[in-house]
Amino acid sequence: MSALPFEPFVALRFLREGRAQTLLIFVGVGVGIGVMVFLSALISGLQGSLIKNTLSTQAHVVVRAPERTPTVLHDAAGALVGAAVEKGAERVARIDAWQPISDTIAKLATVTAVAPTVAGSAFAHQGPLTASIALRGIDVASYRRVVNLEEKLTSGRSDLVGNSALIGIELANNLSLHVGDRLRLRTTANREDIVRVSGIFDLGNKDVNQRWVFVSLREAQSLLDLSGSVSTFEVRIEDPFAAEAVAENIRQHTTLVAEPWTQLNRQLLVALKSQSSSSIMIQVFVVLAVALGIASVLVVSVVQKSKEIGILRATGTSVRSITWIFLIQGLVVGLVGAVVGSLLGALLAFVFSRMAVSADGSPTFPVDLGPDLFLRAFLVAIGVGLAAAISPARRAARLDPAVAIRHV
Amino acid sequence: MSNPILQLKDVKKTYGQGTDAACEVLHGIDMDIRGGELTALIGPSGSGKSTLLNLLGLLERPTSGTIHLDGVNTGELNDRALTALRGRKIGFVFQFHHLLPAFTAMENVFLPAQALARWQTKAMLERAEKLLREVGLEDAMHRKSNELSGGQQQRVAVARALMNQPPLLLADEPTGNLDTVTADQVFALFRRLLSEQGSAALVVTHDPRLAERADRVLSLVDGRILSDARPSRR
Repeated sequence: MSALPFEPFVALRFLREGRAQTLLIFVGVGVGIGVMVFLSALISGLQGSLIKNTLSTQAHVVVRAPERTPTVLHDAAGALVGAAVEKGAERVARIDAWQPISDTIAKLATVTAVAPTVAGSAFAHQGPLTASIALRGIDVASYRRVVNLEEKLTSGRSDLVGNSALIGIELANNLSLHVGDRLRLRTTANREDIVRVSGIFDLGNKDVNQRWVFVSLREAQSLLDLSGSVSTFEVRIEDPFAAEAVAENIRQHTTLVAEPWTQLNRQLLVALKSQSSSSIMIQVFVVLAVALGIASVLVVSVVQKSKEIGILRATGTSVRSITWIFLIQGLVVGLVGAVVGSLLGALLAFVFSRMAVSADGSPTFPVDLGPDLFLRAFLVAIGVGLAAAISPARRAARLDPAVAIRHV
Repeated sequence: MSNPILQLKDVKKTYGQGTDAACEVLHGIDMDIRGGELTALIGPSGSGKSTLLNLLGLLERPTSGTIHLDGVNTGELNDRALTALRGRKIGFVFQFHHLLPAFTAMENVFLPAQALARWQTKAMLERAEKLLREVGLEDAMHRKSNELSGGQQQRVAVARALMNQPPLLLADEPTGNLDTVTADQVFALFRRLLSEQGSAALVVTHDPRLAERADRVLSLVDGRILSDARPSRR
């Protein structure tokens, strides 16, 4: 005895009777959904890893003082005198009385950390060797909550006690520096100091590794003649994708310029977006092919089963039930396809992650097989199955039982 | 005399449209069929028997005229109500048995009941089993219908037609493709189940032996009822 209601009972039996045909369409839908799952996992894994790498070395929002804008000057007669800003000697836009501003930003919604930094350019001298560097003064405790320097260190320690500095791995190579070595820093304003290398970092970017030198906030302030001021706040927030909204919020609560990481990495995001849209295009066509496959198999099945449909109609089966019998077949094909496809997609992703490895044997990037991906695969497969079954179901429902029975 | 189960008044059926293409197959049929009666419908090929049967079975609608089934004017029903009425009131036995090949004998018999009730019930299964036992198929109940012999299939079809205890049974050449012995068995079965249920039956047949044994013989020629005879019972 079957516990199923009439329509699924008949629908499943029709599918079972179809055997090879049913099996083929299960595989067809499975392959389609599998491609969808695999592609999504690949793209979202790749993008996740790119974004993670990008964000591991930079703040979500960078807050700085506004550039001074030119004021148009006129003489008493109204003639134009000047419309340019002469840059000051300090060369760095400074934020004075920064502590209350830092507190204001820290209190804004979803902000998890604020790190005041001082930035400017300088030269590093080691014996006869010289390199142009980007000097960054940080408060290690607060900066660590924005960018985790600790895990980027290749040697030494990340704390900046006294006159110590953290340098990039490229700079260390160029200047033959090791942890504990001394280094002379000289700014463009000819202020200089000797610092000791306490750690060497690798931030994954050659230019950064070549140019960045971290010193303590106080050290940078004195070298860059910014005592009591900072040049930027680096802000970390809960959801990196809310950076634009948080930046806007910061702009409203301060008079400063706030730039979200999305603005500073516009090209990366444009690339990611076009990658996403091409992946979606491929998926749309795959899903379309799957839908056409299901529809054609069901249309053939309606033609093959027109006699059976006629018998069912003659023995009291309603048009509505006939419609459901075919919709349910589409639904079942979609469901089975989703299961097969999810397994296939996961398998492909697994094989891919085993094959695409970097030199050290670790995967080049993780494939992102989250539960929401499978949920989406199921929803798509079921939706496509149902949608593809609509036309065949209506065709079946329109069959005239008298005609269907006569033409055996 | 009991009320007629089926009543036709001036029923006409035309196929095609327009004066040239139109072809009137039935030219005003008046007839009624009463409970417990077994009526044979005879007539040469092309006389309109199948068309009349389709109309009686509510598979098609007449071009004009009325058909009352069990007191209901079927012309006033929409397609959905017509299907439901067909399921409850009419049992079909088709010429070539027309079973569903994907289903077992048992399933073929109870499906008309499940189509109406949606869910299987124990009573449904018991009735299907009883009917199959009565047509002598207790050993073949769970076999696929396409694994059965022609005679067995026709007996399954008879059991299926009786499943919903319909007041009207329609059969199109029910013994047409059976050998004499099996044909007699099927007919006897038909007769017995009919009298037990008090239903009416209309059997389209070419078989004079079958017509002879009916309570009433309607002869259809060129879309008109030519004679309505009641052969004396032997």
